[in-house]
Amino acid sequence: MNQKEWPLWEVFIRAKQGLNHKHVGSLHAADVTMAIANARDVYTRRLEGISIWVVESKHLHASEPSDQEALFDPAEDKIYRHPTFYNLPIELKHM
Amino acid sequence: MEINLEESFQKKIDDEIRIEPRDWMPEKYRKTLLRQISQHAHSEIVGMLPEANWITRAPNLRRKVALLAKVQDEAGHGLYLYSAAETLGMTRDELLEELHSGKAKYSSIFNYPTLSWADMGAIGWLVDGAAIMNQVPLCRVSYGPYARAMVRVCKEESFHQRQGYEIMLTLSNGSEEQKAMAQDALNRWWWPSVMMFGPNDDNSPNSAQSMKWKIKRFSNDDLRQKFIDVSVAQAEILGLTIPDNNLKWNEARGHYDFSTIDWIEFNEVIAGNGPCNKQRLKAIVSAWQNGEWVRDAAVAYAEKQAKKTDNKTIAA
Ligand SMILES: [Fe+2]
Ligand SMILES: [Fe+2]
Repeated sequence: MNQKEWPLWEVFIRAKQGLNHKHVGSLHAADVTMAIANARDVYTRRLEGISIWVVESKHLHASEPSDQEALFDPAEDKIYRHPTFYNLPIELKHM
Repeated sequence: MEINLEESFQKKIDDEIRIEPRDWMPEKYRKTLLRQISQHAHSEIVGMLPEANWITRAPNLRRKVALLAKVQDEAGHGLYLYSAAETLGMTRDELLEELHSGKAKYSSIFNYPTLSWADMGAIGWLVDGAAIMNQVPLCRVSYGPYARAMVRVCKEESFHQRQGYEIMLTLSNGSEEQKAMAQDALNRWWWPSVMMFGPNDDNSPNSAQSMKWKIKRFSNDDLRQKFIDVSVAQAEILGLTIPDNNLKWNEARGHYDFSTIDWIEFNEVIAGNGPCNKQRLKAIVSAWQNGEWVRDAAVAYAEKQAKKTDNKTIAA
């Protein structure tokens, strides 16, 4: 008797040509072939996609929620990164 | 410190900011959600059984492909929800173990038998209909993975209800016997469907906390009333009679009045004494046990393939 659970995989679907793959959920599968086959059955029963990525969940690394401020707040006051920061005459065209 | 965490957690929820798996959450929120999501997942899985009973006996190919697709969807719903539950720290095997041991509950509606083809109609119309009433508000539930799973589920449910109603419509417009079949199915499925919304509000002790956490957005009785109100007109189109002598429009309330629910029956079915409780659990457990060699073989094959790849890499 085997007590081993099939590993968990994260599934990414490309909805149509030209769009990026987007995370849609996860599933269990013994290997990559089964993971893609299961992803097709679980996440694309209604033309939701034309391409599937699967990656074993253990290979996915995430930022810590507690680092959110440190990582993302510094961008908040850098309005000079946006085009509207710059004062230019109204009669200026094509810019 | 603890109080601050709790306060900022509640503030996020009040502001409609979703909670994600790695965010701090009160232990009770996690536990309550785990129970709710896993019960929901188990219901989708056990819910395949009563309908699977009729797939091979569907009256024609059109009905057969539709029923097959519906049952396959329910498997998918179970899988979306198990995945959501796993983000709260239980493994899939632990979740299944709770189902198999009888520790975890599933919706009591699936402990009733499917006696005729008309039951496929009544289930799609009423059982999926009641499920939709319950599930649509859950698309805005405070826990991110659960809400996302529910959005997928709800997108797929509408076809379930419509295919069921179409079966009822065809039977109702058919021969006397067919119409009687449809009426009989409605008679048997009506009250169990009404009970799907759970106990009356004054008998639902955890509701207030769940509402505050936004893992429940409407009360059981409000949803039940809404279900009854919309079902009356749907039954009229079918020319069928809802089996309740006290069902009548109450002008002052702006709702239909209905009979008191037989909570003794409800509690009996929950306690495991419904017509099919034992049969359902047995089918689920034996499917798991009989599939064990397949699961093991898949793991053994994957391990062997991985080793082959490793050897190749070393040789190169
Ligand atoms: Fe479902
Ligand atoms: Fe359904």
